[in-house]
Amino acid sequence: MASAPPLLELRDLSASYGHVQALKPTSLTVAEGELVTILGPNGAGKSTLLRAVTRLTPGTGQILFQGRDVSRLATHRLSELGIIMVQEGRGLFSQMTVRENLILGGYNAGGDRVLLEARLQQVFDLFPRLKERVDQLSSSMSGGEQQMLAIGRALMAGPKLLMLDEPSLGLAPRVAAEIIATLGELNCSGLGILLVEQKAPLALRLAKRVYVLSLGRVAVELPANEIGSHHDLARYYLH
Amino acid sequence: MTSPDIISTKAPGLAWARILPAVLGLGVLVYAFTSNGYVVTVVGFAAIYGLLCTGLNFFMGFTGQASFGQNAFAALGSYGSAILCTDYNVEPVLALVMTMVFSGLVALVVGYPTLRLRGHYLAMATFALGLITYEISVEWTDLTQGYMGYSGIPPLSLGPFQAQTDKQQLAVILVVLALGVLAAVRLRGSRFGRACRAIAGSEAAAGALGIPVARYKLISFVIAAVYASAAGSLFAHFVGFISPEVFGTTMVVQSFTMLYLGGIGTIAGPLIGAVVVSVLPELMRGLKDYQNIGYLVLLLAILIYAPKGVVGLLDSLSGKWRR
Repeated sequence: MASAPPLLELRDLSASYGHVQALKPTSLTVAEGELVTILGPNGAGKSTLLRAVTRLTPGTGQILFQGRDVSRLATHRLSELGIIMVQEGRGLFSQMTVRENLILGGYNAGGDRVLLEARLQQVFDLFPRLKERVDQLSSSMSGGEQQMLAIGRALMAGPKLLMLDEPSLGLAPRVAAEIIATLGELNCSGLGILLVEQKAPLALRLAKRVYVLSLGRVAVELPANEIGSHHDLARYYLH
Repeated sequence: MTSPDIISTKAPGLAWARILPAVLGLGVLVYAFTSNGYVVTVVGFAAIYGLLCTGLNFFMGFTGQASFGQNAFAALGSYGSAILCTDYNVEPVLALVMTMVFSGLVALVVGYPTLRLRGHYLAMATFALGLITYEISVEWTDLTQGYMGYSGIPPLSLGPFQAQTDKQQLAVILVVLALGVLAAVRLRGSRFGRACRAIAGSEAAAGALGIPVARYKLISFVIAAVYASAAGSLFAHFVGFISPEVFGTTMVVQSFTMLYLGGIGTIAGPLIGAVVVSVLPELMRGLKDYQNIGYLVLLLAILIYAPKGVVGLLDSLSGKWRR
């Protein structure tokens, strides 16, 4: 019996900014319900990789989603298929309230109020603080709350694959741990997650596999629990 | 269970800051309908500009794009109505609708390639659109009568009803404006309107949430063009004469001033801006030679001390009052 195709498969995906190739031909996979972490120093091409997958940055190479070639689809079409990204810096609509941000997250639900309300309730169950702040402008919230809103908004889209670009960036350690723990819960419920992180110890607690990017290409791919046995990687990412 | 209102994004209640402009606007209208022809003309122009700015606000305020070319679509509407009514005896209301459709189609064709540009580049491209239309209206004399302009344009009429007097014409313009504002209110609160505001916030984030950014920007551009066309048609019927100068860069500057002074991105802002910019110079007539200086100083003061426009100022005063 043929095995199911991976949730996401990248084949030689590369991307450039002008003449600078920020992401050299890169291949990786994320299986259904898997949490994969991408590590790497600044400028390694981690964010570019996520942007190239969502076509926010034009790239070349092949992107397969559940076995289907989606390399030529526009950003909003990828979102309709269930590929949702939480951008670095969160990308919230600052002049809108928490409620408005969340409802826009559910844009793909069309005018289906029942579905929207059900998703909204799930988000509020996951992040009760958002319910308390529902009529507050998103720009007036703390960094941690904004990150919760960014993830909540992404969940409103009903993702099959959630990609997050450094969700713990700029957060206090306790809040970052809370956010990462929530991602763990989501993963346990079957959601595929591709997580770009610099705070490796937190991310590695959840990930099954790790890709380490360096100078725009995959330097190492290994199971997350083996990173401690690689002296150089452990020194760089675990301490 | 979730409350059914939890996904409602309607603003809670009416503050006095929202009611005040409506009361003042009503006052201006009552004054216009009980005054002489000159006041009616000033208020009529304000209403026409209010319609133009309501459309422009959709593209610039709600969707966060830049257009310096609304004068092109106002010219299309104006010349379209003038030619159809004068040369082909088309019913004015029918001509107004026909030119709105035509302008919308032109916006669709022009906007498709143009809206791939962003920021300053988009602004320059739309500005060029206005300049090209101006040149056409000057040079294509067989169609537009060039600098001579088009005269003898009939007043608005529908079947047996003809708006003969200035006040009747003002009433018709106000009805069209009210319909335009009503449509803007409905569109703003719709799924499409929310998506447009998301695009204004962050195109990348909007796209990542499944909003078809390019398509919605184009639709927003077409909506603005249709409003501008309607405003141009109303102008032609109200004045009875048009020439290329009417649709020059002054119109662009004027509409921008109205938009920012009233409060861009709000429903009431374009209307308030249109009234203030139209009426203010008239109130300054007593300054005689210093009229323009006084007018500009006042405009600058409003823009400096109320950068979010009159609506923003009223909202913040209302907030302080509540606290």
